[in-house]
Amino acid sequence: MVPIGNYLFLSLALFTIGVIGVLTRRNVIIILMSIELILNAVNINLVAFSRHWANVDGQIFTLFIITDAAAEAAVGLGIIIAFFKNRETVLADEMDLLKW
Amino acid sequence: MTPEQISQFAFYFFAGLAVLGAIGTVTARNVVHSAIYLITSLLATAGIFLTLGAQFVFAVQIVLYVGGIMVLFIFVIMLVNLDVALHQLQFNRQRWVAGLLTLVLASQLGFAIWFARGEGSLDIPAGRTGTLSPQNVEQFGLALFEKYALPFEIASVLLLVALIGAVVMTKKRA
Amino acid sequence: MSALLDFLKTYMWPLIFAVVIVAVLPLLAGYVVLMERKIMADMQARLGPMRVGPHGLLQPIADALKLLIKEDIIPENADKVVFWFAPVISVTAAMLAYSALAIGPFFQIAELNIGLLFIVAVSSMGIFGIILGGWASNSHYSLLGALRSTAQMISYETAAGLALVGGVLLSGTLSTQKIVMAQHGGTWFVFVAPIGFFLYLVASIAETNRAPFDLPEAESELVAGYMTEYSGFRWAVYFLAEYANMIVVASIATTLFLGGWLRPFGSIAALDFLDFFPPLSFLGVAGYCLYRTPKQPEPIQSMVMALFGGLCFLLAAAMALPFVPAFAASKPGLHGAFWFLLKVSLYIYSFMWIRFTFPRFRFDQLMKLGWYFMIPLSIVNVLGLGVYKVLRQMQWSQWPAFLLTTGGTLLVAIWLVWLAQRKVAVPEPAGEMTEAEG
Repeated sequence: MVPIGNYLFLSLALFTIGVIGVLTRRNVIIILMSIELILNAVNINLVAFSRHWANVDGQIFTLFIITDAAAEAAVGLGIIIAFFKNRETVLADEMDLLKW
Repeated sequence: MTPEQISQFAFYFFAGLAVLGAIGTVTARNVVHSAIYLITSLLATAGIFLTLGAQFVFAVQIVLYVGGIMVLFIFVIMLVNLDVALHQLQFNRQRWVAGLLTLVLASQLGFAIWFARGEGSLDIPAGRTGTLSPQNVEQFGLALFEKYALPFEIASVLLLVALIGAVVMTKKRA
Repeated sequence: MSALLDFLKTYMWPLIFAVVIVAVLPLLAGYVVLMERKIMADMQARLGPMRVGPHGLLQPIADALKLLIKEDIIPENADKVVFWFAPVISVTAAMLAYSALAIGPFFQIAELNIGLLFIVAVSSMGIFGIILGGWASNSHYSLLGALRSTAQMISYETAAGLALVGGVLLSGTLSTQKIVMAQHGGTWFVFVAPIGFFLYLVASIAETNRAPFDLPEAESELVAGYMTEYSGFRWAVYFLAEYANMIVVASIATTLFLGGWLRPFGSIAALDFLDFFPPLSFLGVAGYCLYRTPKQPEPIQSMVMALFGGLCFLLAAAMALPFVPAFAASKPGLHGAFWFLLKVSLYIYSFMWIRFTFPRFRFDQLMKLGWYFMIPLSIVNVLGLGVYKVLRQMQWSQWPAFLLTTGGTLLVAIWLVWLAQRKVAVPEPAGEMTEAEG
């Protein structure tokens, strides 16, 4: 039985990499993918604790997070497509129309 | 090989694959390569779920996340693929500050987990009620439709809203 | 070393089955290709491959050898790693799906608690083989073909999954072995949920990119779609993946709707003479082969025909083995495999029959069919089967419940078709609306 600490460290590693991805990359699609990584890390955490507490509620929460991630990815990618049709760019630095 | 060894090997294999995939996602130059690394990471996460005994979430992760969301991502990548982007800077101006702050956050969380391990608050709690049955799907289904029926309905409304939103946003304005 | 031996001993049977399936599936897929060509020829009043072995029986082997020694062309600027990897994903997904299927009561690699869900999950991984292959070829036609193929597959995946949910509802479990056992002693689920079976039939034809849904890979459309730039053995791997996918989908339908490895009328003792069908059928084929042996034009073909006859004889002997009292326990296993393969062959035959009968769907017609007809109907089908289950629990007998629910679903289907048929009023030209829109 692998101790739960290992799973938490794995979740932490994925979370960190995801946050670095969101904050550092210019390509908006990769930013969205890093958000998926973050959600994934949270899922691992939830399922690990679900087994720790022997309660299936953690896994149900995971299902809802996956559903939520699907909805968010769909809408986010829709926004990206709409923006791309307008401005021909997917780099976050160049999406600065609202800047003063 | 004892079941202990197999589960340890499985955990380290999937964990290593997940972290390598994540690093690849964040550092790849080509967006499609980044997507492929993310797919690898998601599949490895599904493996982690399986080692934790969550069989239903394992299958759902593959069907929804890998087979649905990532296909959507790859579709959009092909639609907006710019070869120009390959030769530009990949990381933005704030990368060093962002990296530093993230490492600070990670070390804080890491210490929290480490001390929790030492102090024993991560041990199996004494007041633990409930069991995880090996019939994971049955238990999951019962809990989902009995205890969590309302969040289930709300999730379906959320999906409907997302569907309408995505359609409206990409419609041709005549 | 001893740890390895221990590991092998605990997992001996699954490993053996896995090796058998990985070895036999490509061979089987090759012979399905041959059968398709012969059946196509028969329906077109000609003979098909006749030269390479007697009646073309060695044609798949000749094709495989030819493809192996062909030149391996990689397009310029193609992404080499992904180009290499994409067919591997396709064929891995197809073969992995077989690990949860039950070909007999014992012949199963792994009895998973989530068997059916695992198969659906793994089949959805095959989509990546197509889209990555199309992208990696660095060619417009390939990319367009891949995108079309992928859009088609994900559209019909929902309908297929919901049709399968019908079978899961009726049996109450996701494990493939238990689904087959739930049909033992009762009726096969195709008679209880015929609309679900029909939906799965159509959806699986679209899933495997077969005609009439094969626009993405039709030769007159996009050359060969995502397979355009693949030559030689890489193309053979894609082709193998497509036919292996067909066999997998037929196996799923057989397990869920056609009673898996159960004998038809397995519970009626009066029809036990059907147990003699497996050995007698093989005996008949063997006899026919040996009868045709002297009539072959070349001596080498006579030899191959005689060999084939001998092989069929051996199989007939294997099927007759359970009638020897000492081996009576092997009847469900051996005969089960025979009935399973027979049902899979019938399903694949209907695939081929449909292919050679109907014209191709245009892509927008295809998507319209998937989203406007199949998905609503599959949702209503699940609803209907739920009502059926509740009615049966309320002690209704089978026929009235079946007529009520299937009749209701059929009415909804007819209404959906009527909706699609009527002519929609043509909207006003856009020029007259520039004032009104915001």
